[in-house]
Amino acid sequence: MSSSDLNNSRRRFLTGAVVAMGGIGSAFAAVPFVVSWTPSDRAKAIGAPVEVDISKLERGGITRAKWQGKPVWVVRRTDAALASIKKLDDQVRDPNSLEEQQPEYAANEFRSIKPEYLVLVGVCTHLGCAPSYRPEVAPADLGREWEGGFFCPCHGSRFDLAGRVFPGVPAPTNLVVPPHKYLSDGRILVGVDSEKA
Amino acid sequence: MMDNAKQDGAGRTGMMGWVDTRFPATKMWKEHLSEYYAPKNFNLWYYFGSLALLVLVMQILTGIWLTMHYKPDAEYAFASVEYIMREVPYGWLLRYMHSTGSSFFFIVVYLHMFRALMYGSYKSPRELLWVFGMLLYLALMAEAFFGYLLPWGQMSFWGAQVIISLFGALPFGIGEALALWIRGDFVVSDATLNRFFALHVVALPLALLGLVAAHIMALHEVGSNNPDGIEIKKTKNAQGVPVDGIPFHPYYTVKDLMGAAAFLFLFAFVVFFMPEMGGYFLEHDNFLPADPINTPLHIKPVWYFTPYYAILRAIPHKLTGVLAMGVAVMILFALPWIDRNPIKSIRYRSPLFMLLVFVFAFTFVVLGWLGMQPVTAALTELGLRLSELYFAFFLMLWVHSRDRSGAYMTMVFVVSAIVLLAIDGIRYDPGKAGLMMISALLPLVYFLFFLFAPVLSNLNQSKPVPERVTA
Repeated sequence: MSSSDLNNSRRRFLTGAVVAMGGIGSAFAAVPFVVSWTPSDRAKAIGAPVEVDISKLERGGITRAKWQGKPVWVVRRTDAALASIKKLDDQVRDPNSLEEQQPEYAANEFRSIKPEYLVLVGVCTHLGCAPSYRPEVAPADLGREWEGGFFCPCHGSRFDLAGRVFPGVPAPTNLVVPPHKYLSDGRILVGVDSEKA
Repeated sequence: MMDNAKQDGAGRTGMMGWVDTRFPATKMWKEHLSEYYAPKNFNLWYYFGSLALLVLVMQILTGIWLTMHYKPDAEYAFASVEYIMREVPYGWLLRYMHSTGSSFFFIVVYLHMFRALMYGSYKSPRELLWVFGMLLYLALMAEAFFGYLLPWGQMSFWGAQVIISLFGALPFGIGEALALWIRGDFVVSDATLNRFFALHVVALPLALLGLVAAHIMALHEVGSNNPDGIEIKKTKNAQGVPVDGIPFHPYYTVKDLMGAAAFLFLFAFVVFFMPEMGGYFLEHDNFLPADPINTPLHIKPVWYFTPYYAILRAIPHKLTGVLAMGVAVMILFALPWIDRNPIKSIRYRSPLFMLLVFVFAFTFVVLGWLGMQPVTAALTELGLRLSELYFAFFLMLWVHSRDRSGAYMTMVFVVSAIVLLAIDGIRYDPGKAGLMMISALLPLVYFLFFLFAPVLSNLNQSKPVPERVTA
């Protein structure tokens, strides 16, 4: 075939059409590969609520449970701890829990339904480490200004005893309060919302 | 040359003749070995390319054998590694070779990259060679990261948790969705382990091998650089062979074998006498099974990631920290276009440049050390200043691409000072004011020296580049 027989614009159109159709086909073919990475039905089912027994928790103590594979803490705060939270109102980044890191019924100064009991997801809002519970006041490693709280050893984020984040640390927001409700005075169900505010 | 190669098979008899008419065996042998002319003046730094290839082969071999006994299941993974260590005949050796190999891989690759930095090996016409090399480096980091989850120890688990959460920093809910997609679960779990296994054992090794092929093909297309940074192809003899080149085989195959022998002495010493390397190659916390409820008190990645990790930790803002860490790696891709000085080798560039490169290497090492330390206010502050110096290096490379006037330097200084002061203003914390002021001396001295020394002295005087390589 001599070059004068070539219909170049027709060729370009056909090449373009094949590339476009092939591209669309490849995009559809990619869907099952991409979607297969999302959580499986089994993984979704494991997120069921868990019950935590707090009847034996002493004041100042902490108990840990597992919900959706994540650590959940219940801390029973002392009066001194509650006083320290009030004192730190003007030092933490989001003292009144305006950012949605908790259910409505915990959007208060103490970030809890009953001031004494704090329920938190023990996952640092920075990069997902589990912060340590450091209730002592002014320990050597955390400095004189430490009023008790949670300290993330990974990257040095600091939170007070209501899980409220301090400024100047990498964590952007307060620790998350999971949905929870009281089944009785000594039992909490984590993963289910309380009806009343 | 091409005509010779084409004739290799035709008309030849014997077994190779038979093969060559069907497959370009002799042609390839000549192109890549017996008639690939490498500069005659390679020094010690030029061992690391072939050593990287050696380690890759070792990793693939020991890796295949480890998969014969390892179980990628959150229930059994940790125990199966213990089983390999205690009950599989020579399992301990295969695993220690593999774990030591990963650290040695990075040692070799970092030295290989530093060689490129010193001798300007990324400069024209080797930009693509450098880009392929950087892609290899990224693939290697991914390979190491996926592999590190497999023993399912505490550090495996929490390291993966932290690194995957890095993606969660992206705004508008994209980040959280992406992290969930990567994990395949709400936390790092069996699903994560299983897919990381597939990626570590199949996907990334394939990518690595493909990239190695591309890297070597690009290298053989443009020819190797050398410690003088002089193109040997500029001076050819009547046969078209570079006068200062010697055939890769037998000269460099034999030389590289010597290097491999020396390397294996060192490697074997570590494998047999200090496989944990005091917690640097195998972290102590990883001898505890993964526990999703308790974070180890001191999470740190393995040493080869710690320089970037230190940058991440130094920045008291989540998204900025993650971005800075990403940029710290990605900026290396742009090196050929940042450093535009026509002189390649550090041998002929100014004493100031030499100092600049060594300060950068030192910064990288200290950042690596910082990334392993527990968090304290002073160390975080130091980390931030060194991160500034890390990025400032690339600015300096750009600035010193050619001679600049005093006015130009003053302008760069003023703009940099405004940027750095703005950063300090944003992150200002009255509790750390003193610390911030003292540490500010670091970037101040750095910028003053590297910007104004060339104006006030002849420190930035390059040397004349000879026509031919020196012996």
